[in-house]
Amino acid sequence: MDKVLSNKKIIALYVLPSLLLILGVVYIPIILTGYYGLNKWNGISAMSYIGFENYLALAKDSAFWSSAWHSLLLALFSTLSLVIYLAVAMVLATRIKGANLFRKIYLIPMLLSSVAIAQLWLKIYHPTNGIVNSFLQSIGIANPPAWLADTSLVLPALFIPILWQYAGFYILIYYAALKNIPASLEEAAKIDGANALQIAWKIKLPLAMEVIKVTIVLAVVGSLKYFDLIYVMTDGGPNGASEVMASYMYRVAFRAYDFGYGSAIGFFLLVICLIITWVIRKLTATKDTIQYS
Amino acid sequence: MFKKKWTMLLLTSLCLALVLGGCGSKGNNGGASQGGGEATGNQVTVSFMHLWPEGVSAGQNKIVNQIITEYQNENPNVKIKQEVLDNEQYKNKLKVLSASNELPDVGVTWAAGFLQPYVEGNLFAPVDDLLNGELNGKFVAGTTEAYNIDGKTYALPLEFNIAPVYYNKAIFAKYNLEVPQTYEQFKQVVKTLSDNGVAPIALGNKDRWTGSLWYMYMADRIAGQQTLANAISGSASFKEEGLIKAATEVQALVDSNAFVKGFNGLSNEEAKSEFLNDKAAMYMMGSWDLPNFTTNEEIPQEFRNNVGFFKFPTVEGGEGDINSWVGGPGVGLFVGENSKVKDEAKKFVEYFVTKWGEQSVTGAGVIPATKVDTSNLELPQLYIDLFNEMNQASSVTLFADVQMPANAAETHLNMIQALFGKAVTPEKFSEEHDAAIAKGQ
Repeated sequence: MDKVLSNKKIIALYVLPSLLLILGVVYIPIILTGYYGLNKWNGISAMSYIGFENYLALAKDSAFWSSAWHSLLLALFSTLSLVIYLAVAMVLATRIKGANLFRKIYLIPMLLSSVAIAQLWLKIYHPTNGIVNSFLQSIGIANPPAWLADTSLVLPALFIPILWQYAGFYILIYYAALKNIPASLEEAAKIDGANALQIAWKIKLPLAMEVIKVTIVLAVVGSLKYFDLIYVMTDGGPNGASEVMASYMYRVAFRAYDFGYGSAIGFFLLVICLIITWVIRKLTATKDTIQYS
Repeated sequence: MFKKKWTMLLLTSLCLALVLGGCGSKGNNGGASQGGGEATGNQVTVSFMHLWPEGVSAGQNKIVNQIITEYQNENPNVKIKQEVLDNEQYKNKLKVLSASNELPDVGVTWAAGFLQPYVEGNLFAPVDDLLNGELNGKFVAGTTEAYNIDGKTYALPLEFNIAPVYYNKAIFAKYNLEVPQTYEQFKQVVKTLSDNGVAPIALGNKDRWTGSLWYMYMADRIAGQQTLANAISGSASFKEEGLIKAATEVQALVDSNAFVKGFNGLSNEEAKSEFLNDKAAMYMMGSWDLPNFTTNEEIPQEFRNNVGFFKFPTVEGGEGDINSWVGGPGVGLFVGENSKVKDEAKKFVEYFVTKWGEQSVTGAGVIPATKVDTSNLELPQLYIDLFNEMNQASSVTLFADVQMPANAAETHLNMIQALFGKAVTPEKFSEEHDAAIAKGQ
């Protein structure tokens, strides 16, 4: 077996199929997208090369920057909500009653598809029959807002289901990380007289740090390219108030038939994601990793 | 060891074959519509891609199949190969197919702005010869023009739609309301309904084109059809006094609570359900919704009996008359420019359009683009009434988002939502329109 695997031809044979696949499906399209961004192209007739015009237009496009701002806000809120997820995971990881049940409750939104969640929340936010407004009316607010139609409320109204949707995912990751910490460490700390808060802060948090870093990257990059729920629930509206970068890209490319400009947005989005990932990695870099096994 | 090595090699090549095979079979699926038909001997296959799946458009689907069966019986050497997709999927697939130059021989398209890039890309064949042939004079005036670009017609329309205001007779009766003839009366109706806590108009403006209908009528009635048409085509400005006034009136309607609560966040379907559930009194929509108010068994008979329609009222001192409509042809059939069986495809289109006209009226309750004598057909009264109104139309203004090129249409739709949401002033609304239309594309 070892002999087989050290044979360069065999290695190439193993690596090649998936390499070709990932090149063809991921990397070549990325390069092509960058190239389409240099063209004026409606997706149907012939392309014409215009250099960096699309990318320069992007800099002056206020609709794009407002969508970028919305994406950034989403990234910020997703990152902040990680704290809550971590806190919940810490509670669940201790032996409390019904931890199993809670874990399932948090996880269920993850099992639903985004479109189903969107439909669900559309009903919840319905201006007249929705559960939110029915409740508000029942406690005496005669004229509750129309959540998804109000330009100043639509963004927070969308963030709630998005954060709710991913809660289970992050809680599960944190839960697994916390469960991985040997119980002996906690016991030793207890014997030394540490209280629950000290254990959480001084032992659990540092030991889960590697996982936390990964989740920050996931949350930020995931937010920047977020699309589906917003597309179904508001389609970027009303009047662009809930447009994010990905939905703006879709609108430009598939609605306004401007594939060149749409590709430029897509490529820019990729570059931003790469830069931000790199920055986060740099900021959170630690020299020594903690060993506990 | 040697044996093992060969086993591994074998396994690997098997994996590779599977991967490649996977790709290959995908390619074949796509190839169902590839490059269109093939002619072997006398036997000809014409590929036909349309958007009436059985589940969604049962009536249309049945008619399509009937026509195809009849055609194949009459022309035993021709085989029609269907590919059926959902509306949104259809649009996307059409785009992908045209990028790889593999359009079907015959397919469905929309008019004007939608058509333009395909024509510029030399993908659709002109069908003027058909228009001058047997079909000459069979189309309702104003339908084929929407498919005309630079003097050539690139598709033959199947449907024709106009947008009336449907209203709930029971609600109107309850508050002693009359069908409004003038805009003043209309505003009075809105006020009475809103004072009594009934939502006057169901509008799902998340979809944006729904709000566009209201603006179009307002512009037509105040500034006149010609002014509006000129502004859309770019030969005049949206800053014309009448057009600005129309935008102002739209915002005045919003201020008087004419539309259902949260209309800018509701989809057309959600808004329609307010109308269908007796919660809103009026609903402006294209005549394609007629079956819902006449023959659709899923909607209670009691409600269907209560639905009437009226023409958008005239505005005092405005230019437009009451018989001028906003509407336009629905979908039409195109023939692929690169089709290998163009002649057969054209023949099929000619046949299809003729048959469709007769059968779609009774079978699907849609109004065809070809002239049909309805006097001998048993049809719902609402349908006949609207049909007659259409024949008296003094002018029909094509839906703005269909008429404009895709880019400008997108700006128009965004501006509509902004106008209804009071995020722009009528002046800014006009400015943005002019800028987008001047930019072209």
